[in-house]
Amino acid sequence: MAAESMSAAGERSGKGGRSKRPAPDTGLEEKDQLPIFENAALDEAEDGGDLTDSDESLFSGLEDSGSDSGGEGDNDGEEEEEEEGVDDDGRGVEEKSMKDKFSKLDVKDIRNTVGNIPMEWYKDYPHIGYDLDGKKIYKPIRNKDELDEFLDKMENPDYWRTVPDKMTGTDIRLTDEQIDLVHRIQRGQYGDTKFDPHEPSVDFFTHETMIHPVTNHPAHKRSFIPSLIEKEKVSKLVHAIKMGWIKPRKPRDDTPLYYDLWAREDPNAILGRHKMHVPAPKLKLPGHEESYNPPPEYLLTEEEKLAWEHQEPEERKLNFLPRKHASFRAVPAFSRFIHERFERCLDLYLCPRQRKMRVNVDPEDLIPKLPKPKDLQPFPTTQALVYTGHTNLVRCISASPSGQWLASGSDDCTVRFWEVCTARCMRTIEVEGTVRGIAWNPNPALCLVALTVDQSIIIVNPCLGDKFLCNATDQLITSFEKPEEVPVQPVEWTAAEGETFEKGFRLIIKHNKLVKQVTWHGKGDYLATVIPDNGNAQVLIHQLSKRRSQNPFRKNKGMVQCVLFHPIRPFFFVATQRYVRVYNLLKQELTKKLLTNCKWVSSMAVHPGGDNVICGSYDSRLAWFDLDLSTKPYKVLRHHKKALRGVAFHKHYPLFASASDDGTVIVCHGMVYSDLLQNPLIVPVKLLRGHEITRDLGVLDVTFHPTQPWLFSSGADCTIRLFT
Amino acid sequence: MGGLEKKKHERGAATNYITRNKARKKLQLSLADFRRLCILKGIYPHEPKHKKKVNKGSTAPRTFYLIKDIKFLLHEPIVNKFRDYKVFVRKLRKAYGKAEWGTVERLKDNKPVYKLDHVVKERYPTFIDALRDLDDALSMCFLFATFPRTGKCHVQTIQLCRRLTVEFMNFVIASRSLRKVFLSIKGIYYQAEILGQLITWIVPYSFAHDHPTDVDYRVMATFTEFFTTILGFVNFRLYQSLNLLYPPKLENKPEDSVLKQEDEEKYAMDSESYMEKLAALGASLARVVSSNEEDDGAPDEFPADGENAELLEERQKEQQILEKQKKLFEGMKFFLNREVPRESLAFVIRCFGGQVSWDKSLCIGAAYLVTDETITHQVVDRPNLDKQFINRYYIQPQWIFDSVNGKTLLPVEDYFLGVSLPPHLSPFVEEKDGDYIPPEKLKLLAIQRGESTYENESQSEEEDEEDQESEDEADDDMDETEKQDEARLKNMEAQKVKRNKLNVKVTAGTVKTENKAQASQREQAEEKRLAIMMMKKKEKYLYNKIMFGKKRKVRETNKLAAKRKAHDDGLKAEKKKSKKIKSQ
Repeated sequence: MAAESMSAAGERSGKGGRSKRPAPDTGLEEKDQLPIFENAALDEAEDGGDLTDSDESLFSGLEDSGSDSGGEGDNDGEEEEEEEGVDDDGRGVEEKSMKDKFSKLDVKDIRNTVGNIPMEWYKDYPHIGYDLDGKKIYKPIRNKDELDEFLDKMENPDYWRTVPDKMTGTDIRLTDEQIDLVHRIQRGQYGDTKFDPHEPSVDFFTHETMIHPVTNHPAHKRSFIPSLIEKEKVSKLVHAIKMGWIKPRKPRDDTPLYYDLWAREDPNAILGRHKMHVPAPKLKLPGHEESYNPPPEYLLTEEEKLAWEHQEPEERKLNFLPRKHASFRAVPAFSRFIHERFERCLDLYLCPRQRKMRVNVDPEDLIPKLPKPKDLQPFPTTQALVYTGHTNLVRCISASPSGQWLASGSDDCTVRFWEVCTARCMRTIEVEGTVRGIAWNPNPALCLVALTVDQSIIIVNPCLGDKFLCNATDQLITSFEKPEEVPVQPVEWTAAEGETFEKGFRLIIKHNKLVKQVTWHGKGDYLATVIPDNGNAQVLIHQLSKRRSQNPFRKNKGMVQCVLFHPIRPFFFVATQRYVRVYNLLKQELTKKLLTNCKWVSSMAVHPGGDNVICGSYDSRLAWFDLDLSTKPYKVLRHHKKALRGVAFHKHYPLFASASDDGTVIVCHGMVYSDLLQNPLIVPVKLLRGHEITRDLGVLDVTFHPTQPWLFSSGADCTIRLFT
Repeated sequence: MGGLEKKKHERGAATNYITRNKARKKLQLSLADFRRLCILKGIYPHEPKHKKKVNKGSTAPRTFYLIKDIKFLLHEPIVNKFRDYKVFVRKLRKAYGKAEWGTVERLKDNKPVYKLDHVVKERYPTFIDALRDLDDALSMCFLFATFPRTGKCHVQTIQLCRRLTVEFMNFVIASRSLRKVFLSIKGIYYQAEILGQLITWIVPYSFAHDHPTDVDYRVMATFTEFFTTILGFVNFRLYQSLNLLYPPKLENKPEDSVLKQEDEEKYAMDSESYMEKLAALGASLARVVSSNEEDDGAPDEFPADGENAELLEERQKEQQILEKQKKLFEGMKFFLNREVPRESLAFVIRCFGGQVSWDKSLCIGAAYLVTDETITHQVVDRPNLDKQFINRYYIQPQWIFDSVNGKTLLPVEDYFLGVSLPPHLSPFVEEKDGDYIPPEKLKLLAIQRGESTYENESQSEEEDEEDQESEDEADDDMDETEKQDEARLKNMEAQKVKRNKLNVKVTAGTVKTENKAQASQREQAEEKRLAIMMMKKKEKYLYNKIMFGKKRKVRETNKLAAKRKAHDDGLKAEKKKSKKIKSQ
């Protein structure tokens, strides 16, 4: 303990007042040291000692050092100031003491005892303090005014080195050494020119423990007794260590920041997770338009720029405006750079990923391979004739079973009969009302045409062709004899007479509601009519030979659009808005209900074989039913762009046609095989144009020539056209 | 069918996915921590194939994670570190509040840190995987390296990013793996090919950033944390593969110029200047084993047969071009003027074997002065220069980039001082047939094919055209009057003919000769149209979509071509005008 305190003291003294100790090796330097240092060192050494004592010693010390200033010992007034500096480092002390020195030089005996006080307290007094004897120190008489000051400044060569002393109020002229000292301190060097701050420090004491204590005090008792407090603390720590509360510091991780991570790269170590991993797609690489100097065509025009600005940022095709800069130095920073990187970050961790298999499809492969239309000939290909004469839209047409005549009914309240080959209008019959339906009797032994005119059906003998045949027909009609008991009939049958007979009218069947459609049975004796607004009796079947009518259905099952007789078997097709019902007339029961999947059926046609039905609908679809296959359409064709108005099958050739409001007629090859296992082949073969669209209506009806692969179509442009 | 019937959403796809909120609850993490974890571990939502099935019949928009991914997160050591960190922050706050500085010290000393090494290894089991995903890492690090050292993110991160990017650039220089450069208005795109992987990154122009407020810097910082780790490991491996020292050391050449040494003395401390010298990209790197560089012998050739031979030949050709490109600037000495962006240019030039220096005041590591007689090219980006040396080209920076992209040295004439530059094209666009190709690209392709005459021809053509046009112009004045006369005559004739026609006459009909090819074409077109009608709905939709895309493409191409034509015409007209004015 003693040794310890000793060495501490040594260190302390070694800091500042090395020279004070009578050490043999430092003694030499003592002489050369500046008084200032001496001064400071002394103070430090005598720290806490008696003030007057230190004054004395200081004085004597200064004398010893043999510095130039002889009379400096007598400024005891400075002493207090120096007291302050003691606690600081050597620097502070130096400076303070320096100031004192200047004042000490000229003024001989005056030591001010007022201490370290602001001197302006003595501003109003004639004296400036008290000397050691307690007598007032008077301020020197100062009669210098500004002018004197100036003159002094001009004339006195030493003016720059005179400094006023605050303590005594006198001017002091600095000596050369003092000025040098100031300069050195200003430069941040040591005040002593010869002082070497870097000399190796030599311990004053030896580092070995000496046998004799430095002080003579007997050791204190506490130095023999172990400290209880310490013990308590240590035991606490020991306990904490035991309990595991204090853990030894973990050794610092000394692996380098980066090393060869993939040194033992094992391709088999790929986790199962990686199979589900969807790597983030790379960012799109920039195109020409992103260049700082793009080709001129990639720059946006004014309109495009405007459009770009009006678009939502998400909708924009480019997320920047292409710009051209004349030189590289003119390119500014891209203001959205950080945004873009941030968005990429968001995409990386927020965007749901999904693996999408994108098959590179050649569009040509998607087109189905169909037999060439050329191989499926014959079918109508070109427009051959135009039958003009009607003045309003032609609603319906019908070809005679012989194929020589064509009948057409129009909104101009006329029915015209044409010769097919010459397009000549053979007869025109005027009726009272629009003709909505027309049907030529399919029996070749009869020459009759049924028309629907408003609320009645008129059976007309056009008197065309074989006179003999016409007469036979007339005879057949007139040979009717009224039965005895007249059954109650829903309609009124009247035979035409007089003028109307001359016109060709033979029979008139009067209904009480508007008649929409009329169709013959294949044998030519029965004909069915559609009366849409007639409640339960929407469909009526008339028998020509017996002039009898009957309502086959008891119940109304929706608006009937059209009806058809099966060409061979005793079946009857009734198309309502969405379904086609097939009734067996013999058994008087419903056999089938075909679901068309259409919104509104407009027309229907039956294949001459009788096993296939096509339905055209106002939602521009054509549904082909194979009755043997299913009640759902075998195929739905959506060839037309607008509503379908009419469909037709050819009697002999495997052809069917559909007419639509878009002004086109599409002819399809529809081959039905007798082999039940083979599905029908449907190939569109020709798209026929010719009719003009008037009042949003195109082609209204279509029918085939009974023997030739020819096609008639009637349109809203008042014409009938023949395609061959 | 024994066994209990499972409920509807307890089997199938629904069991493979988990919503984000559920996942978060399962992991017992706050949203911020969950986000950080997802970023670090590379977990992202998956889009289920049948969203409604997975969403238990609801159609509400939810994000789904794979349940396996979340389970995989459950035993992640980083999660514990997150919790530790939370505790640490709480303790620290408490200690600060109580002004227990000793505790603060101790706590700070024991700050929990986590390492991402294992995450990198897990996410990228092979080195190639890591390389493949380096694009974003590089772009991000390059961005962060340009951030100011205030706010936004930790200074250490920024410094690390800078260090890593500099290291990477030095590697690219040493391996000469840069392929393409593109000056876009967003920044500079670079593309390097490292171990067969194409790596593209973008570097922003070196301006102060206008920091947006609607960007979450924490997310970016988390990403950067991971990206710096992966980039560091990749750098290490890359340096190792080239036998370079890591961390990189500059090669000490004894013949270093005096200039450099002077510089070094004046410069700050060694440790600081070292990084900057590295960043200057001026000197090559030291190798572990000093070997002469280009001694990897040509790969052995195997006799090939038939089809392979062609392939092989093609590949050899490509290889040759590549080798040529790598030595593009070899033997050239560049000097960068003060106003050009030094880093990008020095990087590109050094990547292709050129020597480069810059103004001494610009950056440390300048190898030679402007006055050096051996400089072949000086890169200048100002309209004119007062003092010019005769024996060197003064070019604009675009020449260097265009040459690199063109894989040949382009004629310098188009890039001289003050000349209006030709357009700078993107090297990333690969035109397929049917795409629009700008004429500049065609020219470039011609040069690549070795048809240096293309340009001359086109020029001469242009001149010819001009000549013709000038002749035409001379004729024009004459023509106008003549034309008017002709028109009048024609009108009169037509009237006469009409008058003649009024006399009804049956003229013999001429036989229309139908062009057979045209007819057959028409037929085919109709056939196709009919066949399209018979397509199934689904296929028709697809077909229509494809055709729509194709048509749009054609439309765009045509639009570009038309624009270009209009532009060129405008230029020509202007030229003519100026010529006329001159002649007058």
